[in-house]
Amino acid sequence: MLEQDGEVVKDARRAASIGPEVFSSYSSSAMSEAVVPDTMVSPAVSSLYGEKTGGPAVDFSYVGIDAILEQMRRKAMKQGFELNIMVVGQSGLGKSTLMNTLFKSKVSRKSVMATAQEKIPKTIEIKSISHDIEEKGVRMKLTVIDTPGFGDQINNENCWQPIMKFINDQYEAYLQEEININRKKRIPDSRVHCCIYFIPPTGHCLRPLDVEFMRRLSKVVNIVPVIAKADTLTLEERDFFKKKIREELRANGIDVYPQKEFDEDAEDRMINEKIREMIPFAVVGSDQEYQVNGRRLLGRKTKWGTIEVENIAHCEFAYLRDLLIRTHMQNIKDITSSIHYEMYRVRRLNENNTAVAHANGIPEHHLAAHEM
Amino acid sequence: MTSSDVARQPDKGVRPLSLAGHVGFDSLPDQLVNKSICQGFCFNILCIGETGIGKSTLMDTLFNTNFENFESSHFEPQVKLRAQTYDLQESNVRLRLTVVNTVGFGDQMNKQESYQPVVDYIDKQFESYLQEELKIKRSLHNYHDSRVHACLYFISPSGHSLKSLDLVTMKKLDSKVNIIPVIAKADTISKSELHKFKIKIMSELVSNGVQIYQFPLDDETVAKVNTAMNGHLPFAVVGSTEEVSIGNKMVKARQYPWGIVQVENEHHCDFVKLREMLICVNMEDLREQTHTRHYELYRRCKLEEMGFKDTDPECKPVSLQQTYEAKRQEFLVDLQKREDEMRQIFVQRVKEKESELKEAERELQSRFEQLKRLHADEKAALEEKKRLLDEDQSSFSKRRTAAQLLQAQSLTANGKKDKDRKNSGFM
Repeated sequence: MLEQDGEVVKDARRAASIGPEVFSSYSSSAMSEAVVPDTMVSPAVSSLYGEKTGGPAVDFSYVGIDAILEQMRRKAMKQGFELNIMVVGQSGLGKSTLMNTLFKSKVSRKSVMATAQEKIPKTIEIKSISHDIEEKGVRMKLTVIDTPGFGDQINNENCWQPIMKFINDQYEAYLQEEININRKKRIPDSRVHCCIYFIPPTGHCLRPLDVEFMRRLSKVVNIVPVIAKADTLTLEERDFFKKKIREELRANGIDVYPQKEFDEDAEDRMINEKIREMIPFAVVGSDQEYQVNGRRLLGRKTKWGTIEVENIAHCEFAYLRDLLIRTHMQNIKDITSSIHYEMYRVRRLNENNTAVAHANGIPEHHLAAHEM
Repeated sequence: MTSSDVARQPDKGVRPLSLAGHVGFDSLPDQLVNKSICQGFCFNILCIGETGIGKSTLMDTLFNTNFENFESSHFEPQVKLRAQTYDLQESNVRLRLTVVNTVGFGDQMNKQESYQPVVDYIDKQFESYLQEELKIKRSLHNYHDSRVHACLYFISPSGHSLKSLDLVTMKKLDSKVNIIPVIAKADTISKSELHKFKIKIMSELVSNGVQIYQFPLDDETVAKVNTAMNGHLPFAVVGSTEEVSIGNKMVKARQYPWGIVQVENEHHCDFVKLREMLICVNMEDLREQTHTRHYELYRRCKLEEMGFKDTDPECKPVSLQQTYEAKRQEFLVDLQKREDEMRQIFVQRVKEKESELKEAERELQSRFEQLKRLHADEKAALEEKKRLLDEDQSSFSKRRTAAQLLQAQSLTANGKKDKDRKNSGFM
């Protein structure tokens, strides 16, 4: 019980294990309570000369390193989180409704407005609205970036440009803040973490607009393609459509989230392979509740039946929600900050240098010392 | 994860929203924690104290292992720092711990420069992080953070007050690192003396303006504990890796003839408090303070030193880019000058070498001529000799033929005479 597992492996880096097994149960209970275990370690010895103590036998080999997880969690809860999602797709595909369904609240007020008065914008606009949401003590600043006017014009050439520009502008703002001398403690993160692209449910294959957009944007942002209004496809049509889309994505070299090259280890790869086999998710959005089998569920009521949004037999909304929110949110943010942003930064900082460097034959690392 | 502080009251333009059901992003902290578990953590402790004051033993006791320690001699000419890195693991948390010890601190006769190597070391770690951050192709999340997160300053247990070396060193370090002063070998001080000693130390630190690390009070869950602990600073610690059996247990303790000092007994020393504060409660805060306060200060000073500013004299924001461009132009002009210089030197050297080579060539030529002449002379001489030899030969052969002829003639004449004699003999 009182094992002093201080065996030191003679290595270039010494690895020592400290009282492992005995405390795994302790540390998991420590995670759930936020209280510092100060009563735990001191043995209840009342005098110098060690009488038999009735307290719990304490393992002196416990150091407390794993308490750092609890500290991190506390810090994260205090700071709050940020998430920036962009939705791209033609008008009428149900983007706003899907956002409302994902976050179970009126994230976008558009779905309530009468469509007769809505005008399709002449150019692509980028509308960014932020919301403060909280769940079980976890606070999040959710920013939904809408792109009305995308793909709605007659001539849609270069419709990705305003969007690319917006995304790059966010990276630029972050970069400028980062290279300031007096910089803020926490740089506000407005970078687009995830871009949900809505594919209209034609059932055939991707349109040139889709291919072009995804090809260009998958290089700068995480793209999650979804098949919108999937209740117009039967299951067979849906499978065929998905297969076709996957083939086309592969054929065009489009790497959507989760990207193959960013899989970290075998376990990751396994999980991500399963997801990659299901992309694109066929979703149905709804923010109205109906009574089904005695329960109130979100769904769409039609004359031939009620489509339950969260039923995986009906549509794949639940998978999308799990991917985006419950399991891969942190991963999405990490890829944005450590890969897409870094690529932007490298490109941007190199812009100033390449011409001169080649002219003078100065090696890059020499410049990097003076580089900002 | 850099996210802005979400204010309690909504900022302009941010609408508060209420959720109608369970969305699921409350698992975000778990996702974050899982990622950190995969990555592992990094923690760097610097121990400053005189030789023999118990730094290595305390580290061993704190982390419950046996780090390889060397006993240092007291005769070091200068203060040096020795850093060792270890990989520790407890349950599923991996920690890369770097322990930096000062060697020879307080041993020299002249201690004026004792703090300098320590300051230099800390600055060097900041510098290498800054360099990594400024690189074009950088990998910050893989970078092994070697910045010092906590500095344990070991005060020797005189019982009176701080030494001036202590004050000077701590003053130099307080803006660079989180200082946690500890009283070493606390088993040599009695309880009442200890109390007075602690008060004296704290008042001296305050009156000299030394900012030691205060445990953070902004989080309600730990504010109470931290406030209590702040009142116990500096911690009086005893370190020991030896175990003594008390009752039916083995405890870490030091055994004296007059009793046993138990390391983990709160009545005996503050070791448990130190371990809790340093590791269990505030490790993350120490790392954060190092990054957001000390490192930012260093970065700001360093960049300003190099001449970069955020606003120029007219108080217009000067982008780093512009200053950088200006600096780069300077640098390039400088480089160009140097290149020209080098080119000139090169040309000169080439000329010199050329003339040298020409010189050598001429010499060779003249020698060749000389040799040729010699050769010709010798040849002539040889020809002469040959001619003489030929003449001799020809005259010799003439004489020979003449002699032969003569001989042949005399032979025939003699033969006749002989014949005659013979013939006459018979007569």
